Amino acid sequence: MNISIRYFASLRDRMGRADDALELDGDSATVSEVWAKVTDGQSIPDSTLISVNMEYTDADAVLKDGDELAFFPPVTGG
Amino acid sequence: MKVIVQQESFSPGQVIQEFQDALPRGKHGGVVSFVGTMRDFNDGEDVVSMTLEHYPGMTEKHIEQVCAEAAERWDIVDCLVVHRYGEMFPNDAIVLVAVWSAHRANAFDACRFIINYLKARAPFWKCETTTTGEKRWVEHNSKDPKAEVSDLEGVK
Repeated sequence: MNISIRYFASLRDRMGRADDALELDGDSATVSEVWAKVTDGQSIPDSTLISVNMEYTDADAVLKDGDELAFFPPVTGG
Repeated sequence: MKVIVQQESFSPGQVIQEFQDALPRGKHGGVVSFVGTMRDFNDGEDVVSMTLEHYPGMTEKHIEQVCAEAAERWDIVDCLVVHRYGEMFPNDAIVLVAVWSAHRANAFDACRFIINYLKARAPFWKCETTTTGEKRWVEHNSKDPKAEVSDLEGVK
């Protein structure tokens, strides 16, 4: 399955890129499994916010083919 | 209900008046607005400019959701949110929340609810440039002890 991943703000700077396109074996994977794949096995930093298809979720959420996953730091709008 | 996320600067008073002029006449008894503006200081340093990043699509979606939630919780006539992204300078308006209702209490409560939600959940990120030229991401919004977020419970 294919997952698109977006990184924002300071997290994008730390990753050194704004997005990834990931092709995974199987038809499901959790957010934390995807994060481990794109960071060579690291765990998700504390306070990182996660969204799937533009809705907030958590690291245990199960992804499906075509999902847009995003990781970003605490928000500071307003 | 109208949500605008835009790069261009805006005049809050003008935007409020234009929106109000298009509302049904005589149905509202007041408008409560909050305008967030840029400070020239933060965390003990002078700030000369700021760039706001957002997540196009998700930002608008979540502000629209909270406006709909506010309209369910309080009896309001209409609401308007304008939020900028991109580069801005001290005194610039960053955000406008305006709520019209027949009676003031609902407009005050709904306006407060929407701006508190925005600050807590809407995907925006501030990057400041200080007088030394340093660019730094704002890690968290300033603590405002009176800005309770407990009324955000139940909002997705």
